[in-house]
Amino acid sequence: MTLELRGITKRFGPLVANDRISLTVGEGEILALLGENGAGKSTLMNVLYGLYQADEGEIFLDGAPLRLSGPGDAMAAGIGMVHQHFMLVPVFTVAENVMLGHEATGFAGTLDLDAARQRVREISQRFGFDVDPDALVESLPVGVQQRVEIIKALSRDARVLVFDEPTAVLTPQETDELMGIMRQLRASGTAIVFISHKLREVRAIADRITVIRRGAVVGEASPTATNAELAALMVGRPVELTVHKEPAQPGPDMFVVRDLRVTDDAGHAHLDGISFTIARGEVLGVAGVQGNGQTELTEAIMGLQAHVHGSIRLADHELVGRSVRKVLDAGVGFIPEDRQVDGLVGEFTIAENLMLNRSHGKPFVSAGTIRSGYLEDFAQRTLEEYDVRASGIQAKAGQLSGGNQQKVVVARELSRDLNLLVAAQPTRGVDVGSIEFIHKQVVATRDAGVPVLLVSTELDEIVALSDRIMVLYRGQVVGIVPADTPRETLGLMMAGERPEGTAA
Amino acid sequence: MSTNDETQPAPAGAPAAGAVKDPKEPPQQPGRFDGVLREIVAGNAMVAVLSVFLAVVVGSLMILLTDENVRDTAGYIGARPTDFFSAVWTSISDAYSALFRGAVYNTNLEGFQGRIRPLTETLKFAGPLILAGLGVGLAFRAGMFNIGGRGQMLLAGAAAGWVGVSVDLPTVLHLPLAVLAGALAGALWAGIAGFLKAQSGAHEVIVTIMLNYVGYYLVFYALSKQGLLQAPGSLNPKSQPMPESVVLPKLLGDRFNLHAGFLIALVAVAVVWWLLNKSALGFRFRAVGENPDAARAAGINVGRTYLVVMLIAGGLVGLAGVNQILGTTTSGVTVDLDAGIGFDAITVALLGRSRPLGILAAGLLFGGLKAGGFSMAAAEGIPVEIVLVIQSLIVLFIAAPPLVRAIFRLPKEATA
Repeated sequence: MTLELRGITKRFGPLVANDRISLTVGEGEILALLGENGAGKSTLMNVLYGLYQADEGEIFLDGAPLRLSGPGDAMAAGIGMVHQHFMLVPVFTVAENVMLGHEATGFAGTLDLDAARQRVREISQRFGFDVDPDALVESLPVGVQQRVEIIKALSRDARVLVFDEPTAVLTPQETDELMGIMRQLRASGTAIVFISHKLREVRAIADRITVIRRGAVVGEASPTATNAELAALMVGRPVELTVHKEPAQPGPDMFVVRDLRVTDDAGHAHLDGISFTIARGEVLGVAGVQGNGQTELTEAIMGLQAHVHGSIRLADHELVGRSVRKVLDAGVGFIPEDRQVDGLVGEFTIAENLMLNRSHGKPFVSAGTIRSGYLEDFAQRTLEEYDVRASGIQAKAGQLSGGNQQKVVVARELSRDLNLLVAAQPTRGVDVGSIEFIHKQVVATRDAGVPVLLVSTELDEIVALSDRIMVLYRGQVVGIVPADTPRETLGLMMAGERPEGTAA
Repeated sequence: MSTNDETQPAPAGAPAAGAVKDPKEPPQQPGRFDGVLREIVAGNAMVAVLSVFLAVVVGSLMILLTDENVRDTAGYIGARPTDFFSAVWTSISDAYSALFRGAVYNTNLEGFQGRIRPLTETLKFAGPLILAGLGVGLAFRAGMFNIGGRGQMLLAGAAAGWVGVSVDLPTVLHLPLAVLAGALAGALWAGIAGFLKAQSGAHEVIVTIMLNYVGYYLVFYALSKQGLLQAPGSLNPKSQPMPESVVLPKLLGDRFNLHAGFLIALVAVAVVWWLLNKSALGFRFRAVGENPDAARAAGINVGRTYLVVMLIAGGLVGLAGVNQILGTTTSGVTVDLDAGIGFDAITVALLGRSRPLGILAAGLLFGGLKAGGFSMAAAEGIPVEIVLVIQSLIVLFIAAPPLVRAIFRLPKEATA
């Protein structure tokens, strides 16, 4: 089965999200669609899946034109999709999820669950999955949930499978397993479209690579192309791939965490007695799969967690038990992991967001009144210094691109006098150009003698920026290791395996 | 070590707007005029105005339905259609010109003073609507739904009334004291909801609604009890009339009912405008209202903000109650003191988009509808409820902006 997209154009009002995009993928082939966030990859796939109607262009399946007015049509035609955000009902079992939408029914509309169970077992067996049809989806690990998505697509005899950023939620090991599954699918004749912005994965798995930039196809590449070549194609200019930094010049320990324990309202421990130190001029990277206590760690430092025990000392100040404002006043800069939720007020202007955590006095406020002249000057200067691309300081933060939003957050935090920088996922959902910039800022902060706590689920980022790496697993420290520890070792540590010869 | 492949995917939905969000290119900057035009056409202000227009249109249909002449002529519309259409025209134009005469300028009377009187009535009605509207609108901006206008007004009116009848002071002290007592009572009553939300997360909608009942019966009890608020020797649930020394002075002499309460409203508009747009406190209100998570992470005490904003909001609504008892219905405190203003204030705040100047405009409009509604009823026999229908329809249309946009084929709100 060969799928061909010819001249697909999709407009949203004045924006052209897809501009005459053409591509083909054949039986037993993996086509990678490479592009930055916002390049139009997902829009294209939503057209293919019938969620959007193309304004121009056509889709052909084995040479015959295909009309898609909804996902139902796409599924009927044999096109399946594994979504970035799983389309599963958490409180349903695997079998129920798989049959959802094309339920087989028996007498008087009773569900034929046995048939669905059988289907799940059959497909699981074929690909060597270990999936219990009667397990509740919400009780399954993320990697297994993704397999349920795959089973769901295959149960409808999908001959073309689209994977939309499938590795974003996976550990390195799970990613490797997924790639194994994709190879197996390819061997069984399935045509695969693999959407990603991760160069390494694309090079590892794809037969052909199509690069998309700003809604248009800008080139084809073979998997033998170098990272630099692909990145340049994707971004449109040569890209600095490595972070240049001098060896750290760590000073005395400045930030000391002892026996930190964080529990939720129900008393479950999300962090269970962790201890570490960060010296002046040092970056400590916190690695781990999402949900192993990283969020609780940063929030505990900031005073955003309710039940915190143990000690967090910054220089001579104890931070546990202090309000957020006191923590900020102690010189802690905070780049939250989700800028849209905790970092920015979308309806506020850039200028207002830049003073968000300094509304209590000088320099932005005097006698209870905002000094708008000072704020405007400051915002203007900061906008230029931090290279925020926007129509002006009065632009609303919510309308900026992810990279520019993040630069606003970074600018706000780094424009204060800092004694500690807590950066959680500082480059999540950020374009390559902004990543370079933010990484440079983090290194510059370190070089200015500030201790930096860097939390990221992206191992590459941790390895590139950290001087030492702490791996968290289920709320405990698996180990604190040097930055040149092999990736494989780190990967195992992220799965909870304590490496030999390292002390926790 | 490559670092270029580390981004996480953008949240779902982002790709739609993706094409313009390329970092290499600053966002398309439309011309200045283009932007202003878009704001006017697509912004809420336009929707507000069109909602009023739609409500008036539907109101007209209802006036027609209640008009006997129209109904009669409709019976022989086939034979003499002109009769029907002239009846329609007469009915609607009579109704709205009566409304105009009652609300703005009465051309039927002799002398400028008489003719302009309706406008002063409109301003009189607008005063408390604006004050209470500000109270509701300010809370809206901090993300709080203040449905407790009625209770806050009653408590405020009772407190001001109590100071009025129980304290004996010269006007210069007595009036400010009574005003202050009223504002304070309103503030505390609303503050309960803010405090409970800050402490326990109790939803302010439920709390303020329930406090309306508590306030109502509390005041009712005080008014029925000798020694509290009930006029001595009376059996009615009503206080003594307000003494001269606490009555808000008339602005245009005794021929007009317009009193200084309207000035208080204007000052309040200015103060709230400053508070929301210029002050650090208002900045925090807005931050909490738009995104409490980000506000909390930025060191703003969200709970305290809820409390403070409810105190100020309640104070403003309280001033509306003061306005009533010390200006409009000085004959004494009753449980009907709020005259529905506590709820109308929600409409005023919605129509005014919770902006002080918008609330001023919406308050004037509603004051006009109130003043004009009576004259419409008196002159044309149109039920005064039509005005209430129009008011309700305004809210209905404002609550459904996509509906209004669809009817007038307006472009979507510019958020790209």
